[in-house]
Amino acid sequence: MLRIVKTFPGVLANDHVDFDLRMGEIHALLGENGAGKSTLMNVLAGLYRPESGTILINGKPVSLHSPNDAIKAGIGMVHQHFMLVPSLTVTENILLGLDKPVFRLRLNEYHRIMGELGERYGLRVDPRAKIWQLSVGEQQRVEILKMLYRGVQVLIMDEPTAVLAPTEIESLFETLRAMVAQGKSIIFISHKLQEVMAIANRVTVMRKGKVTASGIPTVETDREALACQMVGREVLFRLDKKPCDPGDVVLSVEEVHAENDKGLPALRGVSLHVRSGEIVGLAGVAGNGQRELADVITGLRPSANGQVLLNGETVSNKTPLFGIRRGLAHIPEDRTHVGSSPNLSVTDNVIMKKYRQAPISHGILLDMAAATEFAKELKEAYDIIVPDVETPVRLLSGGNLQRVILAREISGQPAFMVAMQPTRGLDVGAIEGVHRLLLAQRSAGAAILLVSEELEELLSLSDRVYVIYEGRIMGEIRDGSIETIGLMMTGTTLDEIKKQAETRQER
Amino acid sequence: MTELASAPPAGKRRLPYKVMIEPRLKEPPRWYPPLVSFGAILVALILGGVVISLAGGDPIRSYLHIARASFGNSGVISDTLVKATPLILVGLACAVAFRMRLWNIGAEGQFFMGALGASTVVLVPLLPAEASPWLFIPTMMAAGMLFGAFWGFIPGFLKARFNVNEIITTLMLNYIAVAFVNFFIFAVWSEGGFQMSPMFPRTAWLPRLTDYARQVPFFGGLTTHLGMLLGLIAAVVVWFILYRSRWGYEIRLIGDNPKAARYAGLNISRNIVLVMMFSGALAGLAGMSEITGVVHRLQGAISPGYGFTGIIIAWLAKLNPFAVVLVSVLFGALILAGREIQPSGVPKMIQGIILVCLIASDFFLRYQVRLVRQGVEV
Repeated sequence: MLRIVKTFPGVLANDHVDFDLRMGEIHALLGENGAGKSTLMNVLAGLYRPESGTILINGKPVSLHSPNDAIKAGIGMVHQHFMLVPSLTVTENILLGLDKPVFRLRLNEYHRIMGELGERYGLRVDPRAKIWQLSVGEQQRVEILKMLYRGVQVLIMDEPTAVLAPTEIESLFETLRAMVAQGKSIIFISHKLQEVMAIANRVTVMRKGKVTASGIPTVETDREALACQMVGREVLFRLDKKPCDPGDVVLSVEEVHAENDKGLPALRGVSLHVRSGEIVGLAGVAGNGQRELADVITGLRPSANGQVLLNGETVSNKTPLFGIRRGLAHIPEDRTHVGSSPNLSVTDNVIMKKYRQAPISHGILLDMAAATEFAKELKEAYDIIVPDVETPVRLLSGGNLQRVILAREISGQPAFMVAMQPTRGLDVGAIEGVHRLLLAQRSAGAAILLVSEELEELLSLSDRVYVIYEGRIMGEIRDGSIETIGLMMTGTTLDEIKKQAETRQER
Repeated sequence: MTELASAPPAGKRRLPYKVMIEPRLKEPPRWYPPLVSFGAILVALILGGVVISLAGGDPIRSYLHIARASFGNSGVISDTLVKATPLILVGLACAVAFRMRLWNIGAEGQFFMGALGASTVVLVPLLPAEASPWLFIPTMMAAGMLFGAFWGFIPGFLKARFNVNEIITTLMLNYIAVAFVNFFIFAVWSEGGFQMSPMFPRTAWLPRLTDYARQVPFFGGLTTHLGMLLGLIAAVVVWFILYRSRWGYEIRLIGDNPKAARYAGLNISRNIVLVMMFSGALAGLAGMSEITGVVHRLQGAISPGYGFTGIIIAWLAKLNPFAVVLVSVLFGALILAGREIQPSGVPKMIQGIILVCLIASDFFLRYQVRLVRQGVEV
């Protein structure tokens, strides 16, 4: 792939990217979320058309207009979200969309073929089983089988380990090695350094749509170097921030364990604390337990073990209302599906947590005049740009919707606030506004836990940063060393880093 | 953006315009939705007219006949309102439940239970026949609503507690309710071997306009009963609850986005049970009003599917309580006119066409249609 350029409205996702793949190798594509890895691979799989650039296969230029073109050219992709029909069997799913068999299914014969194909690559899965009966790992095997049956030579795996349990990861790696041994090539998209070092022959690192390291053999590099190339080393833009003056501990999380929506452990003993008047950052690659932690704190998710204390009172394993009543504010990750009610008006949305109290309600009655008045005040104070407060919020832009949510949460004068990705998807002006509001809250003495994947944002806003990886806290950073955070985000604990540094010095 | 007119292959003659259909990004002005609904009804009447003339009838005369048969004089207007009364109440029952996206298909069963509940007051008897109407009517209302609410509580509880699909349970409970009523009219309260209870005492009848004919001669023969007033009051109450009370706010929030509701600390399970009970109570009140205002005894054929028509009415009214009243009157008129013209057929067809047109007209609220000159890029 040469000089690939792909833009989305307002985003340069791939900026003249070069990428090469040799036969019989596992080539890892490493980068943070939003670095452009998946975009690049979707171009290769025929899902996106690049604005410019060429794709050469065995030296010949090809143009890929659809996934079918890509498969004909021998390129197949296994997406993060599987594309399988749950009520059909494995064999039926694999045959789906193919020209043969024409009419009569002869399922038994195909069951046998699928079984043999799986055997060859160590992909153990019952061809007669229905998809819904299979574990996520088995479903992934079906996706791989689907591609192998279509005769692909190049298999793109988009973050294949994100959904797997550790033992399943090991068996996936065995399969990948078996495939490579039989001459196939694999592109392995990941943001986990350990896995990349374990499985890949070469590695290409992307950052903000550009390649920062191209095709380095894994034996010639190490995790520190890769982490550096992945998170970059940019000058932090400093915000106008007063020195931190922390007070008492407002929130403390003690040894919390919890499961994710799939019933897998997502938090494995998380402990942290936030004091009043400070912003504490939680860094980590998405899906390492941040959302589950926020859910446990706000009472939306039960914790299996451990507890969360707000001003000394247990708030975990209570109802969400319990926390709200005690000044717990929450800016959820998902603005449209959790944080707001799309078809209700701005007024209805800002009173979401206030409608139980005067002056919005008197007993069982709602005072709509007072509610409208309140909404108008917030509209002025928080620069919500909307013709009138009766407009349904689904018509608001992302930045405006976020201001509605912030206005609602901040106007409650919270003692503690969890802010999840508060600036994701917003433009520069809106981001600045959100930052200013968060800092104002900090000055007002609120305790804030800021969860973000934007390391620069996290470091410039936070007074301390915890790093979370696979449901564990890797350590706490006060000096804002981005390299250390990068390493911790990929699974090295702070203690290990210190030890390595010591041994290096001794040498 | 969707292109409706598929562009013909290059070289062939092209139409000078193409139709562009794009999703609406802004809320249409306030007058727009009623105008679209009105247009849809007009289109439906034209289509119905075409069918009538194809069948060899004169559409204009047929329509005039329908209009006369349902709105022609005070007598038939009153009859229309009698038909509309139970429809208003079940329509409201459905609208309340649907507002929270609870698919209560069981208004029919709750209607029957309400009728049964009201009957117990007379037939058990809970009150002696000579009791004052001032005592009878409130007691029967309470009993009807209580029975209906209980019939709504069962699916509500099952959904809140065990996540049982309420569509299935409410639908099935309809049959149980009918069979339950049948048991009582066949076995317990049957009068002289007929499958109906004895006539209720006059004190247990809802007062009708004709009962006041002595004071106001104009009311003579008008059968509109107190239930109509109850329906109107119920519409106001439902509107008030939905838009001016804390509970109504919770209903609207849960209906629009349950995740946001949970995030805002609402108790969704409790609301499921309460809303199903409220919905059941309204349908039960409809059953009570029908047997104490019209039938005056408990019998099998008290509902020609009011509970199911209520579902349609709720949707056509876009779940707006006041629109429910208007749509119910329209449906009452069509039911009445149906009897005038022919037992079935034309009025039912018109009902169907209006329904389809109104539902289809929703498209114009969500999308805007524009004509674009060929070759002009937008």
